Amino acid sequence: MSVSAEPTAAPHWLLGRLTWDSVPMSHEPILLWTFLAVVLGGVVMLALITRYRLWGPMWRDWFCSIDHKRIGIMYMVLGIVMLLRGFSDAVMMRLQQAMAFGDSLGYLPPHHYDQIFTAHGVIMIFFVAMPLVTGLMNYLVPLQIGARDVAFPFLNNFSFWMTTAGAVLVMVSLFLGEFSTAGWLALSTLGNQNPGVGLDYYIWALQIAGVGTTLSGINLLVTIIKMRAPGMNLMKMPVFVWTSLCTNALIVASFPILTAALVLMSLDRYVGTNFFTNELGGNPMLYVNLIWIWGHPEVYILILPAFGIFSEVVATFSGKRLFGYTSMVYATVCITILSYLVWLHHFFTMGSGASVNSFFGITTMIISIPTGAKIFNWLFTMYRGRIRFEVPMLWTVGFMITFAIGGMTGVLLAVPPADFVLHNSLFLIAHFHNVIIGGVLFGLMAGITYWYPKAFGYKLDPFWGKCSFWFWLIGFYVAFMPLYVLGLMGVTRRANHFEDPSLQIWFVIAAFGAALIAIGIACFLIQLVVSYRRREQLRDLSGDPWNGRTLEWATSSPPPAYNFAFTPVVHDVDAWWDMKKHGYQRPLGGFQAIHMPSNTAAGVVISVLSLVWGFALIWHMWPLAIGSFAAIVLASIVHTFNYQRDHHIPAVEVIATEDARTRQLALI
Amino acid sequence: MRLPTLFRGSILLILASFLAGCSKLVVLNPAGDIAAQQGQLVVIATVLMLLIIVPVIFLILLFAWRYRHNSQRAETDYAPDWDHSTKLELVIWAAPLMIIIALGALTWITTHKLDPYRPLERISAGKSLPTDVKPLEVQVVSLDWKWLFILPEQGIATVNELAAPVDRPIRFKLTSSTTMNAFYVPDLAGMIYTMPGMQTELNAVINKPGVFHGMSSHYSGSGFSGMTFKFHGLSEDGFERWVEQAKASGQALSRDAYLELARPSERTPVARFASVDETLFQRVLNLCVAEGQTCMHEVMARDARRNRAHTAGVALAAATEQSVCTASESFDLLSN
Amino acid sequence: MAHSPTVTGATRAYHLEHEPHPENGTALGFWMYLMSDCLIFAALFATYGVLGRSYAGGPGGAELFDLKLVAINTAFLLLSSITFGFAMLQKQLNNKGGTLAWLAVTGLFGLAFLGLELYEFRHLIHVGATPQSSAAMSAFFTLVGTHGLHVTFGCIWLVVLMIQIAQHGLTRANKRRLMCLSMFWHFLDVVWIGVFTFVYLMGVL
Repeated sequence: MSVSAEPTAAPHWLLGRLTWDSVPMSHEPILLWTFLAVVLGGVVMLALITRYRLWGPMWRDWFCSIDHKRIGIMYMVLGIVMLLRGFSDAVMMRLQQAMAFGDSLGYLPPHHYDQIFTAHGVIMIFFVAMPLVTGLMNYLVPLQIGARDVAFPFLNNFSFWMTTAGAVLVMVSLFLGEFSTAGWLALSTLGNQNPGVGLDYYIWALQIAGVGTTLSGINLLVTIIKMRAPGMNLMKMPVFVWTSLCTNALIVASFPILTAALVLMSLDRYVGTNFFTNELGGNPMLYVNLIWIWGHPEVYILILPAFGIFSEVVATFSGKRLFGYTSMVYATVCITILSYLVWLHHFFTMGSGASVNSFFGITTMIISIPTGAKIFNWLFTMYRGRIRFEVPMLWTVGFMITFAIGGMTGVLLAVPPADFVLHNSLFLIAHFHNVIIGGVLFGLMAGITYWYPKAFGYKLDPFWGKCSFWFWLIGFYVAFMPLYVLGLMGVTRRANHFEDPSLQIWFVIAAFGAALIAIGIACFLIQLVVSYRRREQLRDLSGDPWNGRTLEWATSSPPPAYNFAFTPVVHDVDAWWDMKKHGYQRPLGGFQAIHMPSNTAAGVVISVLSLVWGFALIWHMWPLAIGSFAAIVLASIVHTFNYQRDHHIPAVEVIATEDARTRQLALI
Repeated sequence: MRLPTLFRGSILLILASFLAGCSKLVVLNPAGDIAAQQGQLVVIATVLMLLIIVPVIFLILLFAWRYRHNSQRAETDYAPDWDHSTKLELVIWAAPLMIIIALGALTWITTHKLDPYRPLERISAGKSLPTDVKPLEVQVVSLDWKWLFILPEQGIATVNELAAPVDRPIRFKLTSSTTMNAFYVPDLAGMIYTMPGMQTELNAVINKPGVFHGMSSHYSGSGFSGMTFKFHGLSEDGFERWVEQAKASGQALSRDAYLELARPSERTPVARFASVDETLFQRVLNLCVAEGQTCMHEVMARDARRNRAHTAGVALAAATEQSVCTASESFDLLSN
Repeated sequence: MAHSPTVTGATRAYHLEHEPHPENGTALGFWMYLMSDCLIFAALFATYGVLGRSYAGGPGGAELFDLKLVAINTAFLLLSSITFGFAMLQKQLNNKGGTLAWLAVTGLFGLAFLGLELYEFRHLIHVGATPQSSAAMSAFFTLVGTHGLHVTFGCIWLVVLMIQIAQHGLTRANKRRLMCLSMFWHFLDVVWIGVFTFVYLMGVL
C-alpha cells in the first residue's frame, strides 16, 4: 500500500488541503477548552507586555540579541514552557491508563491517545530536554572558558529561533489539523502510515529544529576548541566544558543522520519514492536502523551535560576538588565513542541473529563501565569533603541513587534474551524515564538552581526548592516503580485499554505519582515567583554565592555583556578556586574598549520564514511553499551583504560598569 | 511501643502484597520453557548487578550523612585537595569490568542458546526432547488489528485464538500484512517482530495446560490495544478437539477470504477456518495474495540477475549481431 | 602581563592587560559543517547500498546509465575544481580581476554539469525509470539529486560572492568566504567521485 495516497477532496490552489474540517475543535471538547485557555492566556500576556511597554526592549534586547547569555535564558524559557505542555500529555495518559479496564474504554478515543503519547515523547526530547541542555551549555561554556561569546554569535541566535519555530509548529498542530500518531520516532506504522498532516507536522518541526541544533553543535565545538582563555589547555577545562565538547561532537556527528532519514521519509510521502514502502523494493527496516543510529547518540547528548553539571555541583558543595579529573575526561570520551556502537539494542527482537545481537548487547554493557567510574568519582569527591546540602546538592544525591537503578535496568535490557521478554513493555518505559528523569531532569534542576543567581543576580528560594525536589523524587518513584512491576507482568506500552482489571491498582498508584510530580512542578513555578518577589533578600552581591571553583563565578551576577573586563589567564583546573587561593585581586583600572558582536533581526526573520515554509509544506500550499523558500534564500543572501556585524563597547562604559561592581562588592 | 508494631505490620503487608503479586509476574514465572529460561536470566543479571549497585547506594547515603557540613567527620577528615588515588581508580574501573565480563560471557552464551530461530533442545528443565518429535508448525500473520494463525499440518486457520499441545515444540513462522507488529505470549517465549515482506521465526514450547494471554507488543495503529488473543495449552486430546472445532466451522480461507479478512477491523471476535489455501502464507509473505500482483521473491530473483544478464546479452548480441534493448531480450538471448 | 601580589608573595599573571585576538574560527566551523554534510551523504550512500539493486522488475544500471555522458559530466566537475584552484591562486596574489575571471569559468563548468545532469534525469524519466518506479531508482535520484542540489546552491553562492568581491574587493572577510566556498566546491567534487564509482561504474557491473 503506497504511503502517499491521493487526498479525498481536490486541493485548493492556495490553501492546499487546509479546510474548515482541519479545525478539530468542533468535535473535540478537550481541544476547545485548551484553545480557549491558550487564547485567554495569550491575550493576558500581550496586554501585560503592552502595559509595561516591553515590546521595544523585548525585540531589541532579547529577540535580536546575539549575547550567548540572553540566548541561553531564552532557551531555558522555551524548555520550561514546553515542559508544561509535555507534562499535560503525561497526565492525560496516566488518567486514561488508570481508567480503561474491561468495559470502560476510558475518556480518550484511540486516535487522540495515540497523538498524545507521540506528542509527549517528541516534545519532551526535542523541545524540553534539548533546549534546556543547549541553553545551559550556551550560557556557561563561554563564561567557563574565559571567552566573551561563542564563535558564531549570529548563528547562535538563529539556532534558537529555528528550535522555537519547530516548537511552534508542534503547538499549532493542536489547533489546526492533528499531530502524528506514529510514536516519537515515527517508526511505528511504517508502511501503513496515515497520509494526513500529523506525520508531516512531525517531520517539518524536527527538520527545522534540527537545523538549529546542528548549527549550535558546530558553534559550541569551535568555541571550545578555539576560544579558550590563555593557559587553559584541554586538561584544565572544567568538566562541564568537557562534557559540552563531547555532547556537541555527538550532535554534529548524529543529527545529519536524522535529517537524512526524515528527508527519505518526506520523499516517500511527497514524491512517491520507495525507500520505506513494502513493495517496489522498499525496506522499512532501513528506516529503523537509520533512526536509531541517530537515536542512541541522542540520549547521550541529553545525559552528558547533566553529568557535567553534577561534576561541578559535587565539587563545589563538597568543598573539594573533583576526584579523578583525568579518568572523568577519559570516561566521557569513551562514552561518546561507544554510543555509536550500540544502536541495535533498540531492536534486538527484529531477529538479526545471535552473533549480531550479542555484539550489540556486549557493547551496550561496556558503556556502563565508564558511567560507573563517573558515579564512583562523584562518590569519592564527597568522601572527606564538607558537604553542604543546598538544593543543587540534594538533586545530585537524588540523581546518583536514581540513575544507578536506572542504569542497572538498562544493562539488564542489554542482554538480548532478557530483552525478548521486556522489549516495548512498561519495564522499558520505567527504565528510560528512570535515566532521563533521574539523570537529565534532576541534572537540569540542579544546574538551574546552581546557576540561577549567576544569570539573574539573586538565588532561588531554598524552601520551595526543597519542596520541589522532594515531590519530584518521591513522585518519580511512585509513578514509575509500578511500571517496572507491570512490565514484569507482561504489560506492553502505548496501549490505551486493558482487559485484566487486577492491573488497575498499579496504574492508579502511577497516576498518584504523576500527581506528586505535578506538585513538584508547581513548587518550582512558585519558587520562581517567590524568589523574584524576595529578590532583595536573596540577592547575590559577590558574584560567587556558593564559593565556586570555575571562572563564571569570577564575574558579577549577572555578568556584564562582555563577560570579563580583562581576559583571564589560567594556571590550573578550577581556575577561579586557584585565583582565590592565591589572593587574586580584581583590577580596578586600566579598562579598555571591548570589541563585541552586534544584535541582528536576521535570525528571527529567517526562522519565521522557515516556519511559514514548513506550514505550507504540511498543508500542501505549494505557491506559499515555493514563495517562502525563495524568501528564505533571499533573506540569507541579503544577510551576507551585511558586513557591519560588530561594534566596540567604549572604554567609558566599561569603566562605569566595573566601577558599579566595585561599589557592589564593597557592600558585602 | 506503637511504632515498632506499625513498622513490623507494614513490612508484612508489603511482603504479602508482593507474594500475592508474584504469581502475576509472568515474566519471572511463565508456563513455557523458553520464557522460563529468559526469566531466569533477568533474575541472574539483576543479582549480578546488585552486587555493585547495593554497595554503591549504601556508600552514597553513608558519605552524604557522614561528611555533611558541621558533622564531626567533616571537621577532622576534611581533605580539600585529595583528588587522586591510583589504587582506588583501579578498583573503580576493575570492579564494574569484572561484572561486565561475567555478564558479557553470559550474554554471548544465552543469546545463542535462546536465539528464537534455534530449534528446541529440551522440553523443560528435566524433560529432554524426544527423538521422534515433530514440531507443531504455526504460520502467523499480523493483520490490522488481529492475528491470523495457520496450522499447515492440520490444514486449519484461526483468528485471534491459538492452541498447542503441552510439551510439544512449536515452530512459528511469522510475517505481517501491512505494518510491523510483534508477536508476544509472555507465558510462552520472548517476542519477535513481524514485518511485511519478511519472515521471522520463533521456537517455543508450553509446559502447562491453561489459557494464556497473547498480544502485539509493537504499536501499530489505532486498533493496537485490541489486538490481543488467547493461547491455549491443551492435552493431546484437547488439541485434537480444538482442531476438530475449526474443521467444523465450514469456512474456507481462500485468497479472497484472506483479502476480506485483511481489511482493517478492531477487536475482531475469534474466527475459525476449516481449510486454508496451501499457497496462502507464501503469498502473504511475498505480497502477492491478490490477483495480478507479482510475487516478491520472483521479482527479487530477476533483479539479482538483471545487470549481468543485460551485459552478457549485449556481449552475445555483439558476437552474433542481433540487437538487444532490454533485459528480457537478454534473457531470451541467453537461454537460446 | 598584570601581576597580582599575593599573600604568599608569589606573582602570577591572572589576566591579560591587552585584548587578545583569538584566531577566527570560521574555517574550522565550516569544515565541521562539511563533515556533517558528509554524514548526510554517507546516509544516502548507505541507503543506495541497501536498496540499489532492488529494481522491482524494472531496468537496472547496466541498461540505464550512459557512461560516456557521465564521463563528460565528471570532467566538467573536475575541471571546475581546477579552475577554482586557479581562482584561489589569483586571490593569493590579491588580483581581484583574475579571481573573478576564474570564478566565472568555474561557475560555467558548474552550470554545464547541472545542465547535463538534468538532461540525464529527463531521459531516464522519459524511458520510465522514474524515482517512483523502484527503491533503486528512488535511491539513485535522491543521492545524485542531493549532490546536484548542493552544486546548485554552490553556484548561487558563487554568483553572490562574485558580486560581493566586485563591490568590496578581496577584504579579509571575503577571503574567508572564498576559502569556505572553495572547501565546499572541492568537497562536492570528492562526493562526486564516490557517486560515479559506486553508482555509475559499479552499477553497470
